[in-house]
Amino acid sequence: MAKEFWRWKEYNWKSENINWNNGAIITGGVDVGSVSSQAVVLVGGELFAYSSMRTGSDSPMSAVNSMNWALEGTGMTLENIKYVVGTGYGRVNVPFANKTITEIACHARGANLMYGNSVRTILDMGGQDCKAIRCDEKGKVTNFLMNDKCAAGTGRGMEVFADLLSVPIEDVGELSFYVEEEPPPVSSTCVVFAKTEATGLLREGWHKNKVIAAYCSAMAHRVVSLLERIGVEDDFVITGGIAKNVGVVRRIAKEIGIKTLETEYDSQIAGALGAALFARSLAEKGK
Amino acid sequence: MYKVGIDVGAKNIKIVVMKDGEVIAKDQCLAGFETKENTLSLYQKILESANISESDVSKITATGSGKKAAYFAQNSITEVTAAAKGATSLYPSAHSIIDVGAEEGKSIRCDGNGKIVDFALNEKCAAGAGAFIESMGRALELPIEQFGELSMQSDKEIPMNAQCAVFAESEVVSLMHAKTEKKDIAKAVNDAVASRITSMTRKVGFEKDIVLIGGMAKNTGFVQALKKGLETDIILAKDPEYISAIGAAIYND
Amino acid sequence: MIANFGYKDGSGDFYIIIDTDKCNGCGDCVPVCPAGILEVRDNEYDPMADDLMAAVKEEFRKKIKYSCSPCKPDNIDYTLPCVKACQFDAITHSW
Ligand code: SF4
Ligand code: SF4
Repeated sequence: MAKEFWRWKEYNWKSENINWNNGAIITGGVDVGSVSSQAVVLVGGELFAYSSMRTGSDSPMSAVNSMNWALEGTGMTLENIKYVVGTGYGRVNVPFANKTITEIACHARGANLMYGNSVRTILDMGGQDCKAIRCDEKGKVTNFLMNDKCAAGTGRGMEVFADLLSVPIEDVGELSFYVEEEPPPVSSTCVVFAKTEATGLLREGWHKNKVIAAYCSAMAHRVVSLLERIGVEDDFVITGGIAKNVGVVRRIAKEIGIKTLETEYDSQIAGALGAALFARSLAEKGK
Repeated sequence: MYKVGIDVGAKNIKIVVMKDGEVIAKDQCLAGFETKENTLSLYQKILESANISESDVSKITATGSGKKAAYFAQNSITEVTAAAKGATSLYPSAHSIIDVGAEEGKSIRCDGNGKIVDFALNEKCAAGAGAFIESMGRALELPIEQFGELSMQSDKEIPMNAQCAVFAESEVVSLMHAKTEKKDIAKAVNDAVASRITSMTRKVGFEKDIVLIGGMAKNTGFVQALKKGLETDIILAKDPEYISAIGAAIYND
Repeated sequence: MIANFGYKDGSGDFYIIIDTDKCNGCGDCVPVCPAGILEVRDNEYDPMADDLMAAVKEEFRKKIKYSCSPCKPDNIDYTLPCVKACQFDAITHSW
């Protein structure tokens, strides 16, 4: 798809006060998603550098670029990294990875560090999938489900909708609150049918914002029904692209009655961070 | 006296006027957004062109997912009943009826007397209905009327990975970028929908004769794929999109 | 761990659920599945674990509704071959 989905900011970050040459074990994690790729480098288990950028059409290149970008200006090179784990949808395309691990496991492990070990439920809504994960205090997965079959409840579904209404995708969340009262959710789950339904509502004279609100709450409702399958326990966090859509996030929180936790880190790097943490454990275990 | 059957589908409205078991007049139009108004005006148009006055119509029966739009009908029956009734009255040997329309696929099993034994619906997901083909047609820039013909020219088996209509659209676009021929993509799309309808039909079970009705019966490539999937021959109903309207018209005769 | 393989789409919930605390990776369910969708593999969700578990093969995870439909005829009382084969009750289906 030529069109971009969320206007991701591309960025990199490095720690000012870690000397990576101190002999501590250096590990890396690369998360190649369908929309964006992240790389994380840990020195002795501490966050040393990371980057986030859009995934290009060439996944192996994206993996290399994101790692290079994380390392930029640090003096470190790929050779210094002892063990690298690849994760995400394009995980097989990380040419320098020692091992690949599913994003479910990496997300749980990463969230455990980012949000603290009290996190029990993670909802990750990406461009093309939606994952609901339960984990224990060690960040070990205890229950999960992933939905990448159906576009409803994914960023892609939201994109189709934003397109139909000619609203910039990043404005959808805010606009959904500019309504006099909350409309009933769109009744079709299927994106294709929901689109038809929405067109009908517009013809009936509904304001755009009201249609957006109806779709956001349908999406929230759907995601909550996924969460119900695994059960929600606090603390609860939402990661991934839709985490930036307040229209959906607040409606989810309202429906399940649990507020989501915030983090000082960028929620985007959860997968790559988890991968780098696994890399460390695996390297120590000699696997 | 005349009997009228109105089938208000997700996409089109179909109306038939019948007398003594024969179709006197039939027509269809897009359901659009003013479905009620469109249904009424189509009804009036048909009567007018067939020179029938409203008082000569003894009964109007509605069916289809939007049957409420035919508010002037005296009765309404379910889509499954209408499909079974229509198909078995025209094809008395039918034991299985497969109906694939724009937004819904159905598979119905009947005993030899037109009584429904079992049925399954594939609804609420565009992946198993005509809407899937329509979305792909948009991506391919191929009118749906030409979809069947074109796909028949291909003998390639390209599996579609995406199951969802939304994701499949992106897959079609990338196939096009990879210079895959249009006819091969069209076949892949038809095969995908046919395999879903096949599995639904196998689930309810089927028995000869099998009659295919609904708009998708006009898509020759889909029909071929369905025959292959079920490993048997299928009778294609004539004017397949009107069968449910006919079923409604003659219901309770 | 409870592993839910499958999906939810507009028409319903379709998950095959493996309870890894019960599953010991014996593989009894694999040969009985006429659609060949099951396998025994390492635990993808816990890279530090060494034990094996039953899983739905990756290529079937988006279409199990269709793959499993021959095992689930309508209106007939059925026992699913995979569920029956597992002596530890580790496999359940959501539909
Ligand atoms: S319900 Fe619609 S959006 Fe979901 S898989 Fe089916 S076609 Fe796609
Ligand atoms: S229900 Fe049948 S097809 Fe599905 S996993 Fe079990 S044995 Fe295999």
